[in-house]
Amino acid sequence: MVTRAAKFSIQGLHVHYGSLCALRDLNLEIAAHEIFTVIGPANSGKSTFLNSLNRLIDLEARSRVRGEIRLDGVDIRAGLEVETLRRKVGIVFALPLPLPVSIYENVVYGLRMQGVRDAKTLDAAVERSLRESYLWEEVKDRLRTPAMNLSGGQQQRLCMARILAGQPDVLLFDEPTSGLDPISTARIEETMLILKEKYTIVLVTNNVAQAARVGDRTAFFLMGEMIEVSATSTMFTTPADSRTSDYITGKFG
Amino acid sequence: MSSTRLRKLKEWWIEKAILLSGIFSVVFVALIFIFLLREGLSLFRGESVFDFLLGKSWYPISDPPRFGILPLILGSLLVTLGAAAIAVPIGLAAALFIAEIAPGRLKEGLKAGIELLAAIPSVVIGFIGMITLGPWIKNLFNIPTGLTALTGSVTLAFMAMPTIVSIAEDAITAVPRQYREAAIAMGATKWQTTWRIVARAARPGMVAAVMLGIGRVIGETMAVMMVTGNAAIIPHSILQPVRTLTATIAAEMGESVQGGAHYAALFAIGIVLFIITFLINGVADLYLHRSRR
Repeated sequence: MVTRAAKFSIQGLHVHYGSLCALRDLNLEIAAHEIFTVIGPANSGKSTFLNSLNRLIDLEARSRVRGEIRLDGVDIRAGLEVETLRRKVGIVFALPLPLPVSIYENVVYGLRMQGVRDAKTLDAAVERSLRESYLWEEVKDRLRTPAMNLSGGQQQRLCMARILAGQPDVLLFDEPTSGLDPISTARIEETMLILKEKYTIVLVTNNVAQAARVGDRTAFFLMGEMIEVSATSTMFTTPADSRTSDYITGKFG
Repeated sequence: MSSTRLRKLKEWWIEKAILLSGIFSVVFVALIFIFLLREGLSLFRGESVFDFLLGKSWYPISDPPRFGILPLILGSLLVTLGAAAIAVPIGLAAALFIAEIAPGRLKEGLKAGIELLAAIPSVVIGFIGMITLGPWIKNLFNIPTGLTALTGSVTLAFMAMPTIVSIAEDAITAVPRQYREAAIAMGATKWQTTWRIVARAARPGMVAAVMLGIGRVIGETMAVMMVTGNAAIIPHSILQPVRTLTATIAAEMGESVQGGAHYAALFAIGIVLFIITFLINGVADLYLHRSRR
């Protein structure tokens, strides 16, 4: 596992909101093609961590970021344009957020934005990314209908397709199944396990069992600090820190 | 008496009172329309609807009188289209700027300014149009009078702008924040997000804003009467004096004989105006509902 190249390497990352410290001295490497899961109670800094990876954190007016994040060895602040970074590092939010247009237009939105006009290219991208997110069979006959008509789970897979259409490197998931039923959740999890062949996945979840089901490695965050990081199987069988075992056995959080 | 019964009684009264207010407002509109019809339709005993709507001359006090309102309809149309051509692009751009780009203090200042513009009485705007804009247009184009359709359009654009800006701004602000975040997370720039997502999602509201702004322009009387020159002729260019439907009613109602043909003709103009504004508001409503879907 460690022999694989690091996709992200994070050194000395601190994030403050005003005077509040949301993330403290984080040092971490995320390998290519792994599913890296982050667990922890509310306000532990999980989402802050995720939003730092594609610089969505910059949208928070009061946020300050120190430290260094490298994507494939390139500093994401100094070495990359923010728009390029966000295309390479796509994010799926907790609530499915289709744009108020058709299914087709939702998927090609990012491509159109990049100036892709050719209908064949767009059609191909729609089929490829909808197949990757396992939505194609369900929607192939109604691509031109409003995306809002889809069910919650379908909308979430559409949001995945929308990101996949832009051929990213990394997929960030911010509690992607928190609003979904168990069957939709299972489909999303299956999809992630297949997607990791092509992409690197960082999954933040409130659902400890989900981390155990899909994670290769897992990190436990608590009040802005990373308490422990290890192979998922290790963490869920022999956690090193008593706070970790308390959390995963449900004693708090 | 138990308190639940008392509460139920109170509920019942409040419900009925609200129902009654609702009914009243509808009834009043209906009464206005019935009154207009009663006064106006008597014209068509002596005049065909066709001659009225498409007649080329409006000579209400000649003998025999001629009641063709085509010049007035074209006058209203020309002034309105001109005003829309000015107010719509500027108004929508201003709304986008205020809602999406302007930083906090500037935004508040601009919003206050727009509200102030809406509060200026139309006669004051007409006055300013007459004494400053009119002479300026006269000199600029070297024409015999500065009181033209163009002068009316510019003046009315100022009156439509606050309506367009404030309603469009509301619609843009109402676009869920998550749409913006989703677009930005996909690597959209600020401009791409504003143009492709926000403006698109707010489009129904923006259309409604435009329609209501235009509705205001068509119905406007005072300012337009002061600056358009009031010549009831079919205009061939935007630099000619025109007369609008509204100005005709306002100017001539005082001198018409109650119950006479002229009087009825003015009411018939009222019917035409009523139908036009009704249609415009109807379209605006349709779009507003679509935006709330």
